[in-house]
Amino acid sequence: MRASLRRIWGLLFRHLALYRRSWPRLVELAYWPTLQMVIWGLTARFFAARLGATGATGHWLAAVSVLLGGVLLWEIALRSQMGVAISFLEEIWSRNLGHVFVSPLRPAELVTALFAMSILRTCAGVLPAVLLAWALYAFNLFAMGPILILFAVNLMAMGWWVSLAVVSLILRHGAGAEALAWSVLFGLAPFSCVFYPVATLPAPLRPLALALPSAHVFEGMRAVLNHGVIAWGHLGWATGLNALWMAAAALLFARQFRAARVRGALLTIGE
Amino acid sequence: MLALFVENLTKRYPGGAAPAVDAISFAVERGATVGLLGGNGAGKTTTIAMLLGLLIPTQGRIMALGHDMARDRFAALARMNFSSPYVALPHRLSVRENLTVYAHLYDVAHPARRIGELAEELDLADLLDRPAGQLSAGQKTRVALAKSLINRPELLLLDEPTASLDPDTGDIVRTWLERYRTESGCALLLASHNMAEVERLCDQVLMMKQGRIVDRGSPAELIARYGREDLEEVFLDIARNRVRDVA
Repeated sequence: MRASLRRIWGLLFRHLALYRRSWPRLVELAYWPTLQMVIWGLTARFFAARLGATGATGHWLAAVSVLLGGVLLWEIALRSQMGVAISFLEEIWSRNLGHVFVSPLRPAELVTALFAMSILRTCAGVLPAVLLAWALYAFNLFAMGPILILFAVNLMAMGWWVSLAVVSLILRHGAGAEALAWSVLFGLAPFSCVFYPVATLPAPLRPLALALPSAHVFEGMRAVLNHGVIAWGHLGWATGLNALWMAAAALLFARQFRAARVRGALLTIGE
Repeated sequence: MLALFVENLTKRYPGGAAPAVDAISFAVERGATVGLLGGNGAGKTTTIAMLLGLLIPTQGRIMALGHDMARDRFAALARMNFSSPYVALPHRLSVRENLTVYAHLYDVAHPARRIGELAEELDLADLLDRPAGQLSAGQKTRVALAKSLINRPELLLLDEPTASLDPDTGDIVRTWLERYRTESGCALLLASHNMAEVERLCDQVLMMKQGRIVDRGSPAELIARYGREDLEEVFLDIARNRVRDVA
C-alpha cells in the first residue's frame, strides 16, 4: 500500500513540478473558466438591466443565477476531464511513456494519479472564476449549501469517465486522437442541459440527455436555485449513472491498454 | 542462478506477414552481460519490449528474476530497469526532479541520498538543477543511465547505452557499467551496434536476424568460429548471408 501511494505521488510530483516550471500552463488553467464566467456574467447583467426596465427584475435575477451557476458547474466537468486527458498527453508529448510503463507503476495507479491531478487542476482553474463571480456579479456559488459538494463530485466523476474513454481512444488511435481531449465534452454540452431544462429538448433527444449524469445535476441545480428544493431523485440518478459509465470506461481502458500491449502501440504512441 | 530465462519467445504483430521475433530462447545468468546484436529490423527492439512487458508475446515464456512476466510483471519490473537514448525524460523538469520522480516510482529509500550517489558516480552534480531538455546528447545519456540505476537493478536492459557519446564519455560509461556489474552482481542485456563495446562488455552474444537467433557464443568464440579478426566482421558475414544459420 505504501509503495503504491509512493508511485502515485511520484507521478503527481512529476506533473506538479511541470506546473512549477511553466507559468503559461498555470495561467491556462484559470484562463478559460474565468473568461467564460466574465462573458456570461456580462450577458446576464445586460439582460437583467433590460428586463429591469420592464419590471421583471426578480425573474431575471434568478435566471442570472442559473446561468452563472451553470457556467461554473459545467467548468468543473470540463476541467476535470481535461485534467486527466492533458496530463496523460503530457507524457506522450515528452516521450516519457516508455519509461513510465516499464516502471512498476500499475495502470490503476496511473489512473489514480491522473484523477488526483485532475482535482488539483480543477480547483486551480475553477476557484478563481467562482471568487470573481462573487466579486463582479455578487453571485455566490457556495450559497447553494453543502449540496454543491455532491453536484461537484458528480460532475468531476463524469469528467473522469469521459477522459478515461478519451485516453482509451488515444491508446487505440495514437496521438492523432488528442483533439478529442479538448472537444469531446463540448459535444455532450447540448444534452447536459446546462442552461435550460431537459424538457426544452425535442422529445426524441430527452432519453439521451437523461442518460448523462450532468443533465440530472443541472436539473438539481435549477431546483435549488429556483425553488430552494434539493432534488434527491436527480442526484441519485446522477450518482448511479456515473457508477455505470465509470465501470464501462474502466473496462474500455483496460481492454485498450491490453490491446496496445498486443499491437506494440505503447512503443509508438507519440508518433 | 538465472536473472532472465526466455523460452520459445515469438511475436507476430497483428496483420504482420512474418513474425518480428521467431521462437527465440536464451538465458542470462546473474552477474553476466549478454549482447543482442543484429541489423535494423532483426527483432532486438521487439525482444526488449517483450522483456519489459511493453509488448505481449504471441507465444513463449519470460522469467525475469524468478517472476513470470505474463503473470507477475510488476514484481519483476521493480527489480529491473531500462535505459535507451530513444526514450526521453520530461524536458522541462530538472535532472533532480526527474530522478526524484523515478525514485518514487521504484519506491527507492532515501531518494535524495541515492540521487547524490548517482550524481557523484556519473559526474552529474553540476547538472542536477538544469532542465533535462537543455542538456547535450551525451549528458542526456548519462542522466538516462542514472535513471536506470536509481533502484539498484538486478537486471538492466540497455538499448545502445553509449549512442551519441564521444569516445571519452563512452569509455567512462562502459567502465562504470563494468564496475556496477562486478559490485552488484547485476545482469545486463545490451543491444548495441557498437561492436567494440560488445566485445569489451559481453560474456555472450546473441546474433539476431529476421527475428531469429542465428548464432551465439562469447565474442572470442564467434570471432574464432567465423575465422575473423573482430566482431564487426562476424556481424557483416551474418548480415550479408555469408554463412549458414548455425543456431
